[in-house]
Amino acid sequence: MTVIQTPNGFNLDNSGQRVVVDPVTRIEGHMRCEVNVDAENIIRNAVSTGTMWRGLEVILKGRDPRDAWAFVQRICGVCTGTHALTSVRTVEDALKIAIPENANSIRNIMQLSLQVHDHLVHFYHLHALDWVNPVNALKADPKATSELQMRTSPKHPKSSPGYFRDVQNRLKKFVESGQLGPFKNGYWTNPAYLLPPEADLMAVTHYLEALDFQKEIMTTRTIFGGKDTHPNWLVGGVPCAINMDGDLAAGAPINMERLNYVAGVIDRSIDFVENVYIPDILAVGSFYKGWLYGGGLSGKSVLAYGDIPDRANDYSPKNLMMPSGAIINGNLKEVHPVDLRDPEQIQEFVPHSWYKYPDESKGLHPWDGITEPNYKLGANTRGTSTNIQQLDESAKYSWIKAPRWRGNAMEVGPLARYVVGYAQGHPEIKDQVDRTLSALGVPLDALFSTLGRTAARALEAQWAAHKQKYFFQKLIANIKAGDTATANVERFDPKTWPKEVKGVGFTEAPRGALAHWIRIKDTKIDNYQCVVPTTWNGSPRDNKGNIGAFEASLMNTKMERPEEPVEILRTLHSFDPCLACSTHVMGPEGDEMAVVKVR
Amino acid sequence: MTETFYEVMRRQGITRRSFLKYCSLTAASLGLGPSFAPKIAHAMETKPRIPVLWLHGLECTCCSESFIRSAHPLAKDVILSMISLDYDDTIMAAAGQQAEAIVQETIEKYDGNFILACEGNPPLNQEGMSCIIAGKPYLEQLKHAAEHCKAIISWGSCASWGCVQAARPNPTQATPIDKVPGLAAKPIIKVPGCPPIAEVMTAVITYILTFDRFPELDRQGRPKMFYSQRIHDKCYRRPHFDAGQFVEAFDDEGARKGYCLYKVGCKGPTTYNACSTVRWNGGLSFPIQAGHPCIGCSEDGFWDKGSFYDRLTNIHGFGIEASADEIGGTAAAVVGTAVAAHAAVSAVKRARQKGGDV
Repeated sequence: MTVIQTPNGFNLDNSGQRVVVDPVTRIEGHMRCEVNVDAENIIRNAVSTGTMWRGLEVILKGRDPRDAWAFVQRICGVCTGTHALTSVRTVEDALKIAIPENANSIRNIMQLSLQVHDHLVHFYHLHALDWVNPVNALKADPKATSELQMRTSPKHPKSSPGYFRDVQNRLKKFVESGQLGPFKNGYWTNPAYLLPPEADLMAVTHYLEALDFQKEIMTTRTIFGGKDTHPNWLVGGVPCAINMDGDLAAGAPINMERLNYVAGVIDRSIDFVENVYIPDILAVGSFYKGWLYGGGLSGKSVLAYGDIPDRANDYSPKNLMMPSGAIINGNLKEVHPVDLRDPEQIQEFVPHSWYKYPDESKGLHPWDGITEPNYKLGANTRGTSTNIQQLDESAKYSWIKAPRWRGNAMEVGPLARYVVGYAQGHPEIKDQVDRTLSALGVPLDALFSTLGRTAARALEAQWAAHKQKYFFQKLIANIKAGDTATANVERFDPKTWPKEVKGVGFTEAPRGALAHWIRIKDTKIDNYQCVVPTTWNGSPRDNKGNIGAFEASLMNTKMERPEEPVEILRTLHSFDPCLACSTHVMGPEGDEMAVVKVR
Repeated sequence: MTETFYEVMRRQGITRRSFLKYCSLTAASLGLGPSFAPKIAHAMETKPRIPVLWLHGLECTCCSESFIRSAHPLAKDVILSMISLDYDDTIMAAAGQQAEAIVQETIEKYDGNFILACEGNPPLNQEGMSCIIAGKPYLEQLKHAAEHCKAIISWGSCASWGCVQAARPNPTQATPIDKVPGLAAKPIIKVPGCPPIAEVMTAVITYILTFDRFPELDRQGRPKMFYSQRIHDKCYRRPHFDAGQFVEAFDDEGARKGYCLYKVGCKGPTTYNACSTVRWNGGLSFPIQAGHPCIGCSEDGFWDKGSFYDRLTNIHGFGIEASADEIGGTAAAVVGTAVAAHAAVSAVKRARQKGGDV
């Protein structure tokens, strides 16, 4: 074919060798990716496909809105809680319920602990193997590794040559057993891996340290929500009542002992992020700073809704500690306000998604959306409907819809938030970014890359770890001032509700901007709609042919060996894809689900 | 060359003496004579890591997330030293064809001798294509692996019962593993919960590795050791229930005193799980302790039993004890005989004899 130029500025050419990656692993859920590479093994066309669909919003119809958080929390167990928080905010918006200050502080601590946990686990356990070669770590000199460790993070106590030797011996034994487990069939001879053995050993050691430590980060949520994964939430506040020194305080959800536990976890989380995660990002970054592929939409079109309200119940941008706004056409000088209620701003398109609209040339706002599944493959598909060899991207090719902001494909996530924050001159973000760029000796443009996405996530984890402490102190101060309220139950009883209402709620999930829209009728859910981060990032082409953020980020990347998709994984992972999140849709009029005809 | 269970214990600072003592206690707890202790010790000292294929269907990955939070044993030690986690698309290095090749390699090398761990479930609608792996329905991958495995672990409520995507109207016809049409008849252990408790997950794995068999199962296929009691039975708030002291509304005086959550919808009286005994995240807490009623997430069809905030019955006052126990009694009646459990254990043994040593 001839080269097609997309309205958002990418030249697509699918004439070269087609490379298929299915499943894309080390993500949440299921996805497929196809690219075409030219004679120089440079990616000239990219096709990203969501390969799962569960229909949760269909299931929500007719349910009690107070229960919705539990259902939507099960959209994703990795970003566990963020959908639940979005849901209780959505219902509170619809029913005009104001929550107590303590509930806001506790919710923020829970949401921030998710940012820390999710980002850390993403880097070490889902992303690191794109940069780090565990087999190469066997060649490392433990003494040199120890020196590297002390140089990159002098405060980290685990740095002796003996410590690294022990880890190396354990790794050696593991590799020599011939049972490579999760490392089996990795791309360990691929020249895309650039770390020296000592850095590989240090990173593998921290892979294990992080695996041990991560389980602590979330225990703040076990205290406030009773369990993790999937803690409990409450419309109107939080379920954990406070009893500092009254009768039976020992058996109360929150007392001095529980708060002390939380304080300790917060401090240890800050330590780990600052002495292990951040130094590792800088160390790995310093070896890969010449690999600046993967910018995609990050320097052009980014979107953030904002989150972490300082005071309760005020969701306006000035009260949100995480930035909000939209940047388009690469113009960082102008940050546009975003209104989730405006039918002209956010719309979803389906001409390339496995759904049906009466008029697919138009997009629909989530309050007015339609969903009818329509699993149908294009004429140029290779294979059959249940054995796809190669997709036809000129037709429908994904279970993900294509959301657009004023017609623009947008990137969301930590990098999008940091770009918006940087453009707005957010002092904490600006300071973090400038220091990182200067430590690596790279210009601002380097931020718009795969590595920039990975770095922004780490910086955000650091920011979030500290902000947990801010809200913990705020909680203590408020209790000290005599306010121990945690829930507003004035409108908990459905009998107190109006006949028909609608609402919207949002958060910044670890993976990016997340919003839910609800319509409540006769005390039941009439319509529930989620537009989630991976729907933005993983979107297929839209009615005008704009490609989504995943697709854009893969363009023009050079692959060392097309049959070994290290570079594709590296860039896709930098978004931390969550496919179970991305594929949820339903009709607002409660359309019955059509039986899908496979043609 | 391979690190055995014994070596893991040694590395964790357990002496040979306490290791042997552990083996004796194990023999005793299994009702075996002291002469069995050396056999158990021998098995634990020499066993290589058993291959595990951990497949993911329609799910939210909360089971994996729970698993990595295990405090004892640590997830790291399970993955590096106890099992050989050869396929798990959430954490494996390989992708695409290199990942899919592992399923086939494992089948060829360990036919009848690997464990199939299922997280999530397959959809039957949309020709199975609402969950696609390698261009094909996940259902195919699942059935192929099941055909050759030794036994199946159904992680969580998705694999055990269907869970949220199977809640009414179940648009994709998501189907729990044991109900998948045409699935090879293999022993299945269900470890329900959304998610299951981390330490319950790792305890199930360690039990199977240590004793070469499933723990005793109830009639629904759940390990009795964790699922034979209602949360209500061991709840620390039970005395308040018995005394008729209830939370009437969230954040009321009763909520602050840790009174019983029955009236705000607690499903503890009908939920079989270890939350009130083992508790969560290293024994730190559980939902009721943090002030929220149990939503019954380890029970079959818990999404379709009315609001989480509706109380189980409408009976007021001091008659509740009897009523709640009636409810519990009904649930208890479906749990029970060890017949199914023994059948499953025998099946594991048969599979082992057929397929060689574990």
